[in-house]
Amino acid sequence: MDNAALEAVGIIKRYGTVTALDQVSLAVAPGECVALVGESGSGKTTLLRCFNRMVEPDGGQVLVNGDDASRVEPIRLRRHTGYVPQEGGLLPHWRVLRNAAMVPWLLDQPDATTRAAAALDLVGLPAAEYGERWPSELSGGQRQRVAIARALASDPPVILLDEPFGALDAITRGDLQESFIALRRRVPITTLLVTHDLNEAMRLADRIGVMRKGKLEQLASPRELLAHPATQYVQRLLQRAGVVAG
Amino acid sequence: MKTFRRVLLAGALWAPLLGGLNTPVHAQTSPRAVIVASKPFGESYLLAEMFAQVLEARGLRVDRRPGLGATEIAFGALRDNRIDVFPEYTGTALVAILKQPPIADRQEAFRTVHREFSSRFGLLWLPPLGFENTYAIAVRRETAEKYHLKTLSDLARAAPLLTAGFTPDFIGRSDGLPGLARAYGFKPRQVRSLLQAVKYQALAEGSVDVIDGYSTDGRLAKYDLVVLEDERHFFPPYEAAAVLSSAIQRDVPGVAAALGELSGKLDVVTMRKLNERIEIDGEPIPDVARDALAGLGILRSDSTRAVSNVRVNGFFSYMWDRRGQILSLTGRHLVLVAVSLVAAILIAIPLGLLLERSRSSAEGVIRSVGLLQTVPSIALLAFMLPLLGIGLLPALFALFLYSLYPILRNTYSGVRDAAPAAVAAAEALGMTPHQVLRHVRLPLAAPIIMAGIRTAGVINVGTATLAAFIGAGGLGDPIVAGLALSDTRMILSGALPAALLALVVDLVLGSVERGLRIEGLK
Repeated sequence: MDNAALEAVGIIKRYGTVTALDQVSLAVAPGECVALVGESGSGKTTLLRCFNRMVEPDGGQVLVNGDDASRVEPIRLRRHTGYVPQEGGLLPHWRVLRNAAMVPWLLDQPDATTRAAAALDLVGLPAAEYGERWPSELSGGQRQRVAIARALASDPPVILLDEPFGALDAITRGDLQESFIALRRRVPITTLLVTHDLNEAMRLADRIGVMRKGKLEQLASPRELLAHPATQYVQRLLQRAGVVAG
Repeated sequence: MKTFRRVLLAGALWAPLLGGLNTPVHAQTSPRAVIVASKPFGESYLLAEMFAQVLEARGLRVDRRPGLGATEIAFGALRDNRIDVFPEYTGTALVAILKQPPIADRQEAFRTVHREFSSRFGLLWLPPLGFENTYAIAVRRETAEKYHLKTLSDLARAAPLLTAGFTPDFIGRSDGLPGLARAYGFKPRQVRSLLQAVKYQALAEGSVDVIDGYSTDGRLAKYDLVVLEDERHFFPPYEAAAVLSSAIQRDVPGVAAALGELSGKLDVVTMRKLNERIEIDGEPIPDVARDALAGLGILRSDSTRAVSNVRVNGFFSYMWDRRGQILSLTGRHLVLVAVSLVAAILIAIPLGLLLERSRSSAEGVIRSVGLLQTVPSIALLAFMLPLLGIGLLPALFALFLYSLYPILRNTYSGVRDAAPAAVAAAEALGMTPHQVLRHVRLPLAAPIIMAGIRTAGVINVGTATLAAFIGAGGLGDPIVAGLALSDTRMILSGALPAALLALVVDLVLGSVERGLRIEGLK
């Protein structure tokens, strides 16, 4: 793909004798949201982590905004890539505002606090009310919102979401999904989202990549996926998720 | 290892400030202080105190090291010129130090130790003080009557029915139990290892039937014990005498002449009476020594001195009378604990952080440090002896070694296990390993590290009491002396402040720990 924000070309990753990623290629256009779905062990998280070099591929090429990621210093790459893990991973000894300001602070941005406050506003937790709280004083959903604010505060070109709502109850998850959709309407940010929940992928993503045993089974828009499941596996997945009749 | 040397160096710098023994004193402008030491039992304390008073009467300065340590420690210190004089017994020197077979002839025994000590170590034996203090194998009167015991041969016959309570020293020495077993065929039903301090009481209460007493011991009479005759003359002569270091012979020649005045002056009857005053009546050793010297006409008697009657006073007034001394011992104790703890913190925390970076080697290293913990403290102090001598430095070093493990273990585990999700997120968002350590792992591990320091501190306060065994001072001094003299109040005057100190250290370090606890963590 020309001008892809994120691109993986023939990525191979092995752990001992296990092949976690087997010649995977994928491109995410600027402003696009691509969701990776699949069972645990399918390689979706491994693929995601190749884009901020938390995982180093054994073969193939990772491009971020057209640059070869292996030539970008990992610390630098990570500071310019938003990241939200499943459990938020807020620093428990930092207050909410300081947590949100972490990346701008690492980048030595002089307006780190202002950026953090703006990002908190964006996720619906105004700094005036929530900024001085400890993470332990927030609900699980609020903590995930702060984690998203932290990922957005320095306006990175790309954010990586690793099962960001996976640990939340259904109602909170629904709320956050709503907020996420609203957020993307205001800030058209390139997003790679890992989830095991096909319904979530359907709601949030422009395109869905179905992964199985280290391979990309199908990469298509939700509509396309529903209409033309490429393999039996995708078909079964759709049935199990209840989006098509079994 | 550079850091290791730095610790040693730091200790060495401290030592003179603290009045440690580790700086060999060389000739100064005015005659230097004479360091008078003793072994940890009543008679040795008394003789050393008498030496000290004689020297002081000659205008010499004296540095007292009472109860410094058992034979090997006291002898090692003398050989290395870390002390100048202590009372020793010919038989002990012959068997325990020179490793020679016992010599039955008294004069021959003295000539041998005099010659060998002089040629091998440059140490001088002054002529004997005049009395022998040999082993007195003793039983209760009723036991003696029941089994018709008069001699050690009689005892050997009845031995299979008897339980023996001997000092560890006696059990191990060739002029002790092993030799006795050979000479008389003495094989008791059971041998229990008992400290000097509890031996007599154990015998009186019937816990054991036979003990190894000292022939000059006042308690033989107090407990109405029967001393069995050594009719085969198995025990070598144990004549008491002052032994002088090579340095003091050179630095202060007057010492030999002054102490020589005591030679041949003390007979066994006098000695037994003096020991009785210390061990049974609990009179202060300096008073008894002063009276003894006055009785010999060596010192003028001090008629203005009030008759001391310490046993009559209550425990609190006993403590109150000694408040100055207890306070200074506590201060010394605190210095031992603080210096060793700070040194351990400076080594263990960086090492723990380093190991967190190279986890493959971490468990091995930490376990080796943990092995140190399993070495009994007394054994560790004994191992230190040839390397670091006696006094402050080896004590600090031993306490330092004991402090390492809890701090190292808590630092490593605390930093390794600190909020894994937060650490992973911080890494994924671009913190450098150094930033992760500085801003995430370390602050989150701080209370755990502090808990390790707290553990080390409290253990240290207890272990530091053992430092008294190698002359490092502190609250162990009255404990060791009290054990040697069977003086419970003296033991408590060290043990209670030590317990209090442990409590205070725990409270103080505990409040630091709470201060480090992260506000956001509930």
